[in-house]
Amino acid sequence: MAVITYREALNHALREELQRDDNVMLMGEDIGVFDGSFKVTQGLYKEFGEKRVKDTPISEDTIVGAGVGAALAGLRPVVEIMTINFSLLATDQVVNHAAKIRYMFGGHATVPMVIRMPGGGGHQLGAQHSQSLEVWYANIPGLVVVAPATPADAKGLLKTSIRDDNPVVFIENEGLYNTKGEVPEGELLTPLGQADVKRQGKDVSLVSHSRMVLLCLEAAEELAKEGIEAEVVDLRSLRPLDAATLRKSIEKTNHAVVVEEGWGSYGITAETAATIYEAAFDFLDAPLVRISGVEVPMPYAKRMEQACIPTVQQIVAGAKKTLGKAA
Amino acid sequence: MPRLSDTMTQGTVSKWLKQQGDEVKKGEPIVEIETDKANIELEAYASGKLARIVLKEGESAPVGDLIGEIALPGEAPAPGAAEGRAGGRTGGSEAPSAPTTTAEHEGAAVSATDAKQPEPTQQQAEAGAQGTLTQPAAADEGSEHDGQGLRASPMARRLARELGVDLASIKGSGPLGRIQKEDVEAAAKAPAAPSAKPVETALAAADVEMVPLSRMQQTIARRMVEAKSQVPHFYVSMEIDMDRAVADLDELNEGVAKEELVTINDLIIRACALTLRDYPDVNSFYQDGKLIRNHRVNVGFAVAIQGGLIEPVIRDADQKNLRELAAESKRLARKMREGKAELSDYEGGTFSISNLGMYGVSEFSAIINPPHSAILAMGAVQDRAVVVNGQLAVGKRCTLTLSADHRVFYGATAAEFLRAVKHRLEKPLSLFV
Repeated sequence: MAVITYREALNHALREELQRDDNVMLMGEDIGVFDGSFKVTQGLYKEFGEKRVKDTPISEDTIVGAGVGAALAGLRPVVEIMTINFSLLATDQVVNHAAKIRYMFGGHATVPMVIRMPGGGGHQLGAQHSQSLEVWYANIPGLVVVAPATPADAKGLLKTSIRDDNPVVFIENEGLYNTKGEVPEGELLTPLGQADVKRQGKDVSLVSHSRMVLLCLEAAEELAKEGIEAEVVDLRSLRPLDAATLRKSIEKTNHAVVVEEGWGSYGITAETAATIYEAAFDFLDAPLVRISGVEVPMPYAKRMEQACIPTVQQIVAGAKKTLGKAA
Repeated sequence: MPRLSDTMTQGTVSKWLKQQGDEVKKGEPIVEIETDKANIELEAYASGKLARIVLKEGESAPVGDLIGEIALPGEAPAPGAAEGRAGGRTGGSEAPSAPTTTAEHEGAAVSATDAKQPEPTQQQAEAGAQGTLTQPAAADEGSEHDGQGLRASPMARRLARELGVDLASIKGSGPLGRIQKEDVEAAAKAPAAPSAKPVETALAAADVEMVPLSRMQQTIARRMVEAKSQVPHFYVSMEIDMDRAVADLDELNEGVAKEELVTINDLIIRACALTLRDYPDVNSFYQDGKLIRNHRVNVGFAVAIQGGLIEPVIRDADQKNLRELAAESKRLARKMREGKAELSDYEGGTFSISNLGMYGVSEFSAIINPPHSAILAMGAVQDRAVVVNGQLAVGKRCTLTLSADHRVFYGATAAEFLRAVKHRLEKPLSLFV
């Protein structure tokens, strides 16, 4: 297996799908000549030309709107929003159009498009550019929302998303682009709606998505030193959420810590916690622990910013808390 | 049920001082609670009306359980006796019906004071499972109990059902005594608790009777087993020449009113307190591979009371002169015998003394009272045949036996400590000044 970065994995997925299907095309700000703000589309403009890889004006509403139109007309557009923060300008297109059209046309029309965008904080980009807004989209029926944590899942999920007939909000994380991981050779199609157990354990389930999965894996290492076997569950898909995998994990461990980088109120952890209570109440041995970002606009100052994002130590402490062990 | 001592896990209502419907004032005693150590009057946390008595006289409950409710002025009494939380849970099957009351949210529940914040996640999840959120309960402590006062995790309940374990027979190890999975597993593995049956079959029912132990007796039983099984005891004895001490005490007590008499016991307390200052190890506690060195010398002395034993503590005994010690030991002993012990009377000791001299016991060894690392057992002052300058003579002698925790200090220190105490008692002038 090749070890490549998350960025390269996404690039490979796009290239393979552009090669496979002539209807696949990319749109976004600076994704062509400039190779993308985060270089995810590197080399694709050169390889596939401006008909398949289109630079757009700085107008998120237009980018997504054009994508919805292209999808309705039979193409399979992959649009890039530079970061999730800017996608707020396109919410009408995402929520009122992309998500609704198939339902409102009685299934006669589909919107097979992917909207890619990175979220997350930790890079001193200020309150407006450091958000984790997954839950805004995960709340909307009609959308599929995925948030891969590893290069392999980034590649496998992006390819599946492009082939899916639903609009998929594909959430990346700025802190993940340079992370490396093994990616299987050959065709890689990861199913939507399935969580993945990234590490087996029997004592406590650490449940998260995107970059927080890496922190959970580190926390599991720490806990292992103290004889606590943590299982790390990567949600991967936020909508639909994989209740079956959660149930299976809780049946085994009887304890859960749910973690997200974003704000917890009405957040992914709130939904995950509720799902666990509904699906596995009888298997819980203690109240679960929620860990999420501090509920303030993200500070710019580095130490303040770090204090707002969940840490490995917090996850370790959370696991011990639900296990009733002194931190 | 508030936690009224550091070892208390449950309490018994011995007497309600107010009746249901009575007005109560904040700070006013409303109920008498029998803990493992003493009877303690509980004061109202808030003014209002005693709206409901939940735990009747003679009934026991674990720390954190609801024992009664006070309705604040102008507040309607809690509606009935806590109706179970409405169902509506989609996932859970036999979820414990957990009664809660509005009084717990809005009024002042005479309830858990365990200083533990409720788990926010739990509250949120509970609210979520109900599909309604009444109000953010800021201090919804101890609301999670069912009619039997039984608290168990969902997993524990499920496992108990599967393994046929009676939850009521298990002691929970979780927060607020919640029964958890491992408690049920342990109970399932443990050999069936020896019931009274074998005894009854061995002896005719008429030949025996079952005598329930009081809370205090149960605690003593538990703590003594802990002490003897966990603390490596060793014992060092020494005979003390008490001729001068007895003569000096007699002189001191001449013509003194009975309630102001200074006793041999007081003299021993004083001698130990002063000596403990020189031997800090004897005044230390062992804890998790470390020594806790006590800067204060607080000497406890065992007092036999009806149905048990209690050890009141003289604080800063090394700072008090003989008359002060005598006055305080008398006051405390009387208070203990009258059953009016307060937590502050018997907590915080760093060393103990047990005296059976008044029964004519020559010598004995005592069990250390954890977390202390030593206890001094004192026998009677007796006329004994002694050898003085090669001649047989009669002298007043007393045997002291120190029980010591070998994790904290060793034989040589114990011997030195006793020798120093002996020196003080045999040349007692320093004890009188």
